[in-house]
Amino acid sequence: MSEHVLQMRRISKSFPGVKALQDVTLAVARGEVHAICGENGAGKSTLMKVLSGVYPHGTYEGDIVLEGDTVSFRDIKDSERSGVVIIHQELALSPFLSVAENIFLGNERATGGFIDWNETNARAVELLRRVGLDVNPNVRAMDIGVGKQQLVEIAKALSKDVKLLILDEPTAALNDEDSAHLLGLVRGLREDGITCIIISHKLNEIRAIADSVTILRDGQTIETLSLHDGSVTEDRIIKGMVGRELTSRYPERTPAIGAEVLRVEDWTVHHPQEHSRVVVDHAHLNVRAGEIVGIAGLMGAGRTELAMSIFGRSYGADISGRMYKNGQEITARTVSEAIRHGIAYATEDRKRYGLNLIDDIKRNISSAALGKLTSAGWVNGGRETLVAQEYRTSMNIKAPSVSSITGKLSGGNQQKVVLSKWMFADPDVLILDEPTRGIDVGAKYEIYTIINELAAQGKAVLVISSELPELLGICDRIYTLAEGRITAEVPIAEATPERLMQHMTKEKD
Amino acid sequence: MVSTLVDEDRALDSRSPQKGAAVADAGRFLMSRLRQIGIFLALLVIVTLFQALTGGALLQPDNVYNIIVQNSYILLLAIGMVMIIVAGHIDLSVGSVAAFVGAMSGIMIRDWSLPWWVALVASLAVGALVGAWQGFWVAYIGIPAFIVTLAGMLVFRGLTQIVLENQRITGFPPEYRQLGGGSLFPGLFPPATNILDWTTVGLGLIAMALLVVSQLRGRANRAKLDLEDEPRAWFLTRLVFGVVVILALTLLLASSRGGTPIVLVVLGVLVVAYSAVMNRTVFGRHVYARGGNLQAAQLSGVNTKRVDFLLFVNMGVLAALAGLVFTGRLNSAGPGAGNLFELDAIAAAFIGGAAVTGGVGTIIGAITGGLIMGVLNNGMSLMGVGIDFQQFIKGMVLLLAVGFDVFNKRRASNALK
Repeated sequence: MSEHVLQMRRISKSFPGVKALQDVTLAVARGEVHAICGENGAGKSTLMKVLSGVYPHGTYEGDIVLEGDTVSFRDIKDSERSGVVIIHQELALSPFLSVAENIFLGNERATGGFIDWNETNARAVELLRRVGLDVNPNVRAMDIGVGKQQLVEIAKALSKDVKLLILDEPTAALNDEDSAHLLGLVRGLREDGITCIIISHKLNEIRAIADSVTILRDGQTIETLSLHDGSVTEDRIIKGMVGRELTSRYPERTPAIGAEVLRVEDWTVHHPQEHSRVVVDHAHLNVRAGEIVGIAGLMGAGRTELAMSIFGRSYGADISGRMYKNGQEITARTVSEAIRHGIAYATEDRKRYGLNLIDDIKRNISSAALGKLTSAGWVNGGRETLVAQEYRTSMNIKAPSVSSITGKLSGGNQQKVVLSKWMFADPDVLILDEPTRGIDVGAKYEIYTIINELAAQGKAVLVISSELPELLGICDRIYTLAEGRITAEVPIAEATPERLMQHMTKEKD
Repeated sequence: MVSTLVDEDRALDSRSPQKGAAVADAGRFLMSRLRQIGIFLALLVIVTLFQALTGGALLQPDNVYNIIVQNSYILLLAIGMVMIIVAGHIDLSVGSVAAFVGAMSGIMIRDWSLPWWVALVASLAVGALVGAWQGFWVAYIGIPAFIVTLAGMLVFRGLTQIVLENQRITGFPPEYRQLGGGSLFPGLFPPATNILDWTTVGLGLIAMALLVVSQLRGRANRAKLDLEDEPRAWFLTRLVFGVVVILALTLLLASSRGGTPIVLVVLGVLVVAYSAVMNRTVFGRHVYARGGNLQAAQLSGVNTKRVDFLLFVNMGVLAALAGLVFTGRLNSAGPGAGNLFELDAIAAAFIGGAAVTGGVGTIIGAITGGLIMGVLNNGMSLMGVGIDFQQFIKGMVLLLAVGFDVFNKRRASNALK
């Protein structure tokens, strides 16, 4: 038995025209939690795909040594037989199957082709208990929250006698509470002798949980740092990732705040399917010209629901309340009415709700304000391209041309396209829902700069975020939301993470 | 200092293998355009193949005339169908709707004694109503188009048989029949001068002029805005190819007995008009946006219900037009007319590169796909291939065409991974 569970030696992988990995080495000690960090496109996912057999042996150069033996996986099943299990960022549960069925999907408890339901359910309960999840194994996967789905994925991995568990951005979609639970679970697995590789953008998590961290940049290994002695700071890791010292993670800004632009009063929204459930409860908020206002809340507090119901009632039923724009009461029953009133909403889930991924950059940018490029229903294609090119330059969208397909861009560049789209619509109020989710550190800084510029132009900006440091870094004022109610309004000078968290977890009396 | 050195190195590097690199570049460029031009190449290959297999019978002037007239109603349906498919729907009812409208036009003329032109306009209105009916269920009630139009396929087939009392109607007025089989201005020039049909020659020249002028103007406009990214040689190749195709078609039709079929003019105008609608109007954009990502379109302020509704109304009108052309050509409206038209139209759209998941597809692609099916049908008939083998071969062509497209897409996305 060697002290290293896994050694990847001089791994290189090329795609036509791109060298994705070049002589990457990775050594993971037995029973440790090993983090992998790097900007988007640094090669983390490619490396994990090589390891798990998605890219079979022969399509890359270099050796993978698992438990002292050189292995050559043909596919994912092959790597799973050797105890390497990967949990992808996009969860792979089948929504209409039960939790138990999902756990044993592809690995069914059966004799002679017939499922043994008793064993399936009994073992599922056992595995669910191990991951600390208290749900009925017969519930459909779609009926439990994202955090619980993530735990089901881990239960599924445990059902396969995993030795090396790879978690790709496991907490990207989780709130703080679920993240904490998941990280606790990873710690527990370590005690059971399971080695974990964790890919994450959240450096505080890595510091909290990982024993060591390997940093990739541009397809090469930069360094491996031990996190045991505590001398490695987040800034030190960031320096490795971006290859430069970030003096500040948030750009400087001097706010110039004007008159009130949008005010929402007594805003109540019911769940679209279960009409009796109140999702937003008598909320009130306002935002002024040139001001950046944050909305902080845990997952399920009703942040997105609040924003989308304001944006032309694109979420919810039985919506009541009043909305004032520049002091005048307005109604916006549809998205196009909201856009006409100068309200824009950039979604948290840009792939599902924000972009037409099979269409190109210029057509995505023009899609919310096509009217500005038309006369009598005809689109002026030349002007459309010029407009898109202006945004490509000013927003620093990295793409070969404005005719590039948005689905092929990185997360940060996709987000810049979404922002360009709403900037072109030239709204007075811009609601940004998780504007930096899944975006690497360097691109985040650029997004913050853009947000600051929007505010400097006199736009009223509302920012929804799960990351408190982000809100504290860019906002002038922060509302906290808990169970659909605005529980506090905190000026930035008085805001601390502790104080916000206290209001975010305030329960109904 | 350093940078100049590097530049010089690069310049030296590129000088020696320049020729080889240029050829490789051209090859890569062609491969990148393969998805765009593949469908046209396929049509070209199939035409050449059958021209050889039939000993030249395929491109006999009169046969070319026939191919156009025989397939015109499928091509009309394919225009509407590809728009529906781009939006992410499907329409299984078009064959039944075409039959129903054909039958209604017969009733209007025979039983209600309406003048032929009133009957034509009223028939198109019937088509619009049928489309509005189906569009209502799809757009505003939210029932999947597959179900609504499967029901429509049965409902309108049933209604056709009911209004016809299971009897065919024949003896349509000659003016009505022009749309299906008539030629454009057959006696315009005195017969003595008719070495070629001069009307056809004139039309061909106009079409060629329009193509060249519009392409050159488009390129000039793009160049003025500094947007041109298409290599000059490629642009010229495309343009020359287009001119040669129109020239060949003009000469063939001009020496056919009929000259230019009226329905070809109708088709030509519709193809140009609908291509413009899909590429250059807000409505066309909304169709692509709706098919590409429904939620993103809605959250961008697109009234997707209205888009869906209008698409089905449009399909109804085009199905009505196809029914009128078909009825006019056969001089008969029968209870079984238009059977399986929907499948030919759907096949045309998919062979022409439309995506099953929506968001992708072009009018010109669907027309080319329809022509591939049409040439296959006609060529095999000329060779005396039985209907059994024809079906088999057409099925395989559909499968392979879409398979080729999927293969190409995968190659393209792998290259980017």
